[in-house]
Amino acid sequence: MASVEFANVRKSFGTHPVIKGVDIEIADGEFVILVGPSGCGKSTLLRMLAGLENISAGEIRIGGQVVNGLAPKERDIAMVFQNYALYPHMTVADNMAFSLKLKGAPKSEIDKRVKPAAEILGLSHLLERFPRQLSGGQRQRVAMGRAIVRDPQVFLFDEPLSNLDAKLRVAMRAEIKELHQRLKTTTVYVTHDQIEAMTMADKIVVMHDGIVEQIGAPLELYDQPANLFVASFIGSPAMNMIKGKLDPNDNAKFVTDKGIVLPVAKAPESAKGRALIYGLRPEHMTISSGGIPAEVVVIEPTGSETQMIMRIGGDDITGVFHQRVSAKPGETIGLSIHAEATYLFDAETGQRLV
Amino acid sequence: MTMTQTAKQESAFRSFARSNTAIGALFMLPAAVFLLCFLTYPLGLGVWLGFTDAKIGRDGVFIGLENYEALAGDSVFWMAVSNTVFYTLFASILKFILGLWLALILNENLPFKSFFRAIILLPWVVPTVLSALAFWWIYDAQFSIISWSLIQLGWIDTPINFLGEPNNARASVIAANVWRGIPFVAISLLAGLQTIPQSLHEAASLDGATPWQRFRFITLPMLTPIIAVVMTFSVLFTFTDFQLIYVLTKGGPVNATHLMATLSFQRGIPGGQLGEGAAIAVAMIPFLLASILFSFFGLQRRKWQQGGQD
Repeated sequence: MASVEFANVRKSFGTHPVIKGVDIEIADGEFVILVGPSGCGKSTLLRMLAGLENISAGEIRIGGQVVNGLAPKERDIAMVFQNYALYPHMTVADNMAFSLKLKGAPKSEIDKRVKPAAEILGLSHLLERFPRQLSGGQRQRVAMGRAIVRDPQVFLFDEPLSNLDAKLRVAMRAEIKELHQRLKTTTVYVTHDQIEAMTMADKIVVMHDGIVEQIGAPLELYDQPANLFVASFIGSPAMNMIKGKLDPNDNAKFVTDKGIVLPVAKAPESAKGRALIYGLRPEHMTISSGGIPAEVVVIEPTGSETQMIMRIGGDDITGVFHQRVSAKPGETIGLSIHAEATYLFDAETGQRLV
Repeated sequence: MTMTQTAKQESAFRSFARSNTAIGALFMLPAAVFLLCFLTYPLGLGVWLGFTDAKIGRDGVFIGLENYEALAGDSVFWMAVSNTVFYTLFASILKFILGLWLALILNENLPFKSFFRAIILLPWVVPTVLSALAFWWIYDAQFSIISWSLIQLGWIDTPINFLGEPNNARASVIAANVWRGIPFVAISLLAGLQTIPQSLHEAASLDGATPWQRFRFITLPMLTPIIAVVMTFSVLFTFTDFQLIYVLTKGGPVNATHLMATLSFQRGIPGGQLGEGAAIAVAMIPFLLASILFSFFGLQRRKWQQGGQD
């Protein structure tokens, strides 16, 4: 096990920069998730850590040692690929034992390491199968088994769940998390799915367009997003964003471009007069007869909660309510907004002001 | 009574005509006619001629195995057989090694990759007779560019007698065949190499494999199915080779480079002994069948390529 550090890491393909100076510190044993939309450079960053891509500038350190010049096999890391990259001509047992065989480990030692790993992952009865004869979830487990057998300094996961169906994904999520709690190996995990990031990570790194937008614990990112990008990326359904300005006479009132007044908590003086974006999470509102009038557009009951898309003066917002809603589309209901849970962002820089 | 029977027959015929079987058979008819006319008939005729004493201009009569008995005691025939086996074996091994090597190089990220891939096909697309003529000049007893270069370099004093000396001639025709056959092997294996996902190589290098180990444990095993197909074809092409030999040596010197195909032609057409020529050609069939069966049974789909039950 080891810590991992990225220090001002850059990467260009030709003249096109894809990683524009990234600093991340990952403590020993931490489960860190790199998350961001496709093309943000998260996979490239992971592959640079693995040694599969060159580093254009900056330093990557594993356990304090600079690994820029080291070949992948010298970095003592194991990686689980998106397509699993199982060797199709080898049985499950051989797949898991491949790295040990290359090292020339005796058969007794190979058995001693493969068997427990297979046990942990529930693969014991599949050891003689070929990858083709396995289901997606089983292949996924074999890929993890191959990594576990290595007992590496760091585990790398490159979107490991994206080829699985939704139900299996939820199950594997829990399995990977449990595995990490058991092995306590430093893990770097890449995904574009913010739910995966929120549910599994000790620490999330939100990336966008080759830079790090914010690093923090899952709920920290949720509660205190640094900017518009993080605010809109984290959370599902996404945060509602409405353009407008503060009321020049009252810092506790936000006036949308369409002229609707929404409540704000403690806006700083500096926010006055600027173009702003009002952020409101879907769960931070309740239905009340005296509230802001909102026209119901769509109602999506899911049983445990009800999602509603509503129109407030021409802006569509989404609300999540933990009660059954009797309203019909087209009706107007009253919304009361939890002022202390709202955000204000600078419309130009995207930075959060409140 | 008769009415109903006819009606029944007609409806049976109609339902047959409307069934997929009938339509399927109809669609297969052109291909079947084509195969019968241009494949089965010549093959059958060849086999039949082998059992006759047909000569050019004279229909033969059935003489049983006499042609084959004569061949069994014919030293030139046996030399042609051993030449063919030797020629096929060496040329195929060389084509495989060099072709695989070339494919591995072309699979790397080279500049002008597609240009090189296209140019590599040249020996394959040039008509055989044309390239054989070029080789004829290269191997010429007096004007050979190889001899000339080596003499200029001071390595040898007299021109090499490429096609005039039995073993030289055998090596020379093998070299020409290898030159011509490499592109097919290289391009086919290149196609095979490109079906191996890059992530497998990456996974292997993370697992600690050296480039040689990656080749040995990943590339080669995953390429075996394609190698089997490509080399089967290569062996079939080489075993039945005719044009190269015919242009370069005509089987000489003193039958030293005769292959079964060239001997068959020489006996059958210029020699006029159609029956005997046909018998030599038919004698190739067991060898060809053996190589097909070898690749079919020995190198068929591996267990790992087959899907599972769940």
